[in-house]
Amino acid sequence: MVPVIVLVALIVIFVFYIISIYNSLVGLRNQVKNAWSQIDVQLKRRHDLIPNLIEAVKGYMAHERGTLENITNARSKAVSAQGVSEKAKAEAQLTEAIGKFNLVVENYPDLKANQNFLALQEELTSTENKISFSRQNYNDQVLFFNNKIQMFPSNIIASMFGFKEEVFFQVEDTTERAVPKVSF
Amino acid sequence: MWELIQSNRRKSIFLFTGMAVTLILLGYLIGNSFYPGDGGFIGIIIALVIWTVMSIVSVTAGSSLILSISKAREVTPDVHRQLFNIVEEMKIASNLPVMPKVYIINSEAMNAFATGMDPSKSAVAVTAGLLSKMKRDELQGVIAHEISHILNRDTKFITYASVMLGSIVIISEIFLRGMFRGTLTKRYGSKSKGGGQAQIIILIIAIVFAILAPIMARLLYYAISRKREYLADASAARITRYPEGLASALEKISECTSELQSANKVTAALFIANPLKKKGMKLSDLSSTHPPISERIKILRGMMHGHGANYRDYQKSFSAVKNSASKIIPPSGLSDSSLIPLRVSSEDLPSELSSIEEKRNMGDIMMAVNNYSSLTCQCGLKLKIPPGFGTNKPQVTCPKCGAVNKVSIAKQIII
Repeated sequence: MVPVIVLVALIVIFVFYIISIYNSLVGLRNQVKNAWSQIDVQLKRRHDLIPNLIEAVKGYMAHERGTLENITNARSKAVSAQGVSEKAKAEAQLTEAIGKFNLVVENYPDLKANQNFLALQEELTSTENKISFSRQNYNDQVLFFNNKIQMFPSNIIASMFGFKEEVFFQVEDTTERAVPKVSF
Repeated sequence: MWELIQSNRRKSIFLFTGMAVTLILLGYLIGNSFYPGDGGFIGIIIALVIWTVMSIVSVTAGSSLILSISKAREVTPDVHRQLFNIVEEMKIASNLPVMPKVYIINSEAMNAFATGMDPSKSAVAVTAGLLSKMKRDELQGVIAHEISHILNRDTKFITYASVMLGSIVIISEIFLRGMFRGTLTKRYGSKSKGGGQAQIIILIIAIVFAILAPIMARLLYYAISRKREYLADASAARITRYPEGLASALEKISECTSELQSANKVTAALFIANPLKKKGMKLSDLSSTHPPISERIKILRGMMHGHGANYRDYQKSFSAVKNSASKIIPPSGLSDSSLIPLRVSSEDLPSELSSIEEKRNMGDIMMAVNNYSSLTCQCGLKLKIPPGFGTNKPQVTCPKCGAVNKVSIAKQIII
């Protein structure tokens, strides 16, 4: 009788162990998904900010129509982009356009003294930071998840239940990787 | 990140077991020296009751207690947009589940702290002096350091550890004071006249233990607190990918001469830099809650020469600066060998404010925190209106040009 009880107890412990590993894998995968959706939230916020920014600077920057049009075009492309690779490309262009715009702002001391504009620029800087931090966090979460999938003994359970490694977010353009330079 | 927390937890369990044994021993010895025999167990029970009551108070009300002792005030995003933005950025970067509450302390000193038993119920507080003097990258470094404390569960640890330490200190102090006044010895003496030498020996042991226990517990507490300070720096560097931000913030903090009046010995361990640095004697290395600030700066700057912002890079720089092989990062943190590239500063043109502008800026922050409103007179002078002023006087006369302005048009101060 005793050996049977011991055996049953061992099996129960083993099952609970597997369940706990499975749950932690699911938890980590959800973190990855959540981190991915965070990026979208921040990109959306950037799209919403740009029209306000253009409106605020239009009066001051009459000579910079090209720069402003660049941003507007890049924004509308980014909004309508479909698919991951196209989206990434459009967002990269938008970041570049904003970077150029920030360089041009340097030539307009009046604009830099405008409270309303400064507040907008702070929002823009912060949104750019949030985009890059949420990408960074996404990669961190992917790293934790992939580590768990590759390491023993969780790798066995992962392959049993078909957990697959996630892909890191990679930025092709090196200027995109760095946080855009914004100067006040 | 999770492994790091667990390794921290293991270390804390050592500390707590040590402190708990000390506490129980203290209760036993003191009790025994009063009433030989059963007294020891009564002493243990009293010690545990004191500890339990203090734990309950600090776990349920600890954060709000610390915030109110430090005279911190919760603010809305309108008061300081940039601070909120940075806290949110760091929340995203560190994968914190909920946005921490944001507090501002009305003080010229430069300091910051974090509190909260749980990452989902946390708060960060910064002084007005810090806000007015920091550039964006520096403030980001400070906030990252504070959020790391929340993430590594340091705030929780400090709450529990300080309760243990506090209980030991209180019990020892009551006992020793009683002994010193002689009232207790008298009573003891009359009760056990024929008690024999063994009783006196226990009494002496109890006194010696009551003197040593708080000192030992403190040193242990300080040692772990210092280690966690380094770890929070390392996490901050990893989160921001920019160690220079925190380094130059620490540099500014170390140069600041004003001190935070509302900090005390217990809350000191929570702050980014020791707030008690100028009070009384020079604190030696062993009895400080924080590592020397110059060393922390050197380690962070050392990372900038390498190319990574991972824990491993911090450890490398730490070993080089301290010239020691001691491990400041738990092995699980070091096992992650992936390269985390450093980033460049987000501001390439430093906008240096003059000291007058900084002072004005700080004054504005303090007034905004206290719900002052701002009114611009036709002559260009900005009038700051205290809260509730309009209910007594609907109008205010400009001290410069004498024009009469309506208080009702005053707007909230926005920084």
